Amino acid sequence: MDQLFDFDSTIALLSFPAVRTALVAGAILGLLAGVLGPLIVSRNMAFAVHGTSELSLTGGAAALLLGINVGHGALAGAVVAALVLGLLSRRSSEHDSVIGAVLAFGLGVGVLLLWFYPGRASNKFGLLVGQIVSVEFASLALLGGCAIGVLAVLAVIYRPLLFASVDPEVARARGVPTGTLSLVFAVLVGVATALGVQTVGALLVLSLMITPAAAAVRITANPLRATVLAVVFAEVSAVGGILLSLAPGAPVSAFVTAISFLIFLVCWTISLVRGRSRGVATAAVAVPAVPR
Amino acid sequence: MTVEPDAQTTATGVISLRGATLGYGDRILWSGLDLDVTPGEFVVVLGPNGSGKTSLLRVLLGLQPLTAGTVRIVDAPPGRGNRRIGYIPQQRAMEESLVMRGRDLVGLGLDGHRWGVGLRGMRARRARVDAALAEVAAGGFADAPVGRLSGGEQQRLRVAQALVSDPEVLLCDEPLLSLDLANQQVVSSLIDRRRRTAGTAVLFVTHEINPVLPLVDRVLYLVDGRFRIGAPDEVMTTETLSELYRARVDVVRVGGQIHVVGAQPGLCEQPHHLHDEEPS
Repeated sequence: MDQLFDFDSTIALLSFPAVRTALVAGAILGLLAGVLGPLIVSRNMAFAVHGTSELSLTGGAAALLLGINVGHGALAGAVVAALVLGLLSRRSSEHDSVIGAVLAFGLGVGVLLLWFYPGRASNKFGLLVGQIVSVEFASLALLGGCAIGVLAVLAVIYRPLLFASVDPEVARARGVPTGTLSLVFAVLVGVATALGVQTVGALLVLSLMITPAAAAVRITANPLRATVLAVVFAEVSAVGGILLSLAPGAPVSAFVTAISFLIFLVCWTISLVRGRSRGVATAAVAVPAVPR
Repeated sequence: MTVEPDAQTTATGVISLRGATLGYGDRILWSGLDLDVTPGEFVVVLGPNGSGKTSLLRVLLGLQPLTAGTVRIVDAPPGRGNRRIGYIPQQRAMEESLVMRGRDLVGLGLDGHRWGVGLRGMRARRARVDAALAEVAAGGFADAPVGRLSGGEQQRLRVAQALVSDPEVLLCDEPLLSLDLANQQVVSSLIDRRRRTAGTAVLFVTHEINPVLPLVDRVLYLVDGRFRIGAPDEVMTTETLSELYRARVDVVRVGGQIHVVGAQPGLCEQPHHLHDEEPS
């Protein structure tokens, strides 16, 4: 247990370039996840993110078999998955079942591809739980480039996308191309998810893409404030998780998920307490004050 | 280029339909529809379920092309980019978890269709949103999450959202549905005030004319591909509606209200219980 919070060894480890690279990667990912998160939550896309992240594994497995960069394969897999899910489920009522069907099939293909691979796949396949400390400079450049691309596209489509996400019927009436926007957004989410898969792993990508935003929207209905809070929460989870994992040498994922879930619990409690105090306030108005 | 003969357009109609026909496959919803709505006019669109009332709004919004005929709205063909139209949808319960305040709902009505993040002109935007909120007396709940508001409060915000862009035409799709009587009056009088003060033309789709009867200038009554246009007193009569339904229909006036009573069940394809809610 002493090992868990060893301040000196954390400082010592910070001097390693690999550790710094990991921190930068975590920070970029936190920013991306925090900005996209509230829109994902508004559009009820948590399961789509989960599906996309797992299907990026299939892309990674295909890349492994073809002898190309696993990260590029995962990215391609996630984008294809996002497009397929977006095209197949134009009506939100079909979303969950379509994702379930595509997800199961895609993972099956992934398993088959890994079975074809002659070597020991687990050595090169850190995609399930992530290996952020193994992020190389080349991957960091890819991560940064993709992040800038995603944020730039998002900056252009942000307002109509928000309109289409929170008020689709009127947005359509006002001429917002809601169908096209939801496909573009699915691809942005796919790219961000694939990047997340490579750092925190497919199984835990939800903890950065969903949990901070889900926490933020519990305590504010202001879209701008929700985005700022989600970025802060995601940064604290990602960077904080990496820092805490250094001294014990424990898996990053465990810390990232723990921190983001803790933040979620706090926000959830705040919203509960607020709801209760609002009820009390209403009751106080209803009951006339009795003079002593 | 020569100017085409002006028979197809009128100078006064902000909504102008000529020989408009809409059908899906074999089924014709309505055909040969000529309609001109002038500024400040309040036109109600009535008819049984499936008669193409909402489809007419979709045509005017540019979401649905006509099968035949022409349509112009505010001097342009309908479609994307026509920002001079306000739209009020049916009141539907919004999810309580929706990340949106009343203020955001109204703001999106102003510039939600524009590209970009919208950081420029924040102050002017805020002033316009505040003014629109004040118009419908929604200032008190503008900062609360919309999902926590009552149906009446949400629909007042919808009116502000539609009016904030200063439209010349207001298209309403059953805006009073599922509101109580008091809120029906509040919302319809807000719409009425707008068309009187700003000359906004109103096309108001509804299954129930009585809440807006004092405001109505003309009625467009659609039944099974047939239609009739005229003042309420001309259209809402036993003779006219019986002709439209091709069956005996009694129109009864009670205490300033109009009630349509089908003498036989199964007059048309769908029962025309006018008090039924129309599914979307």
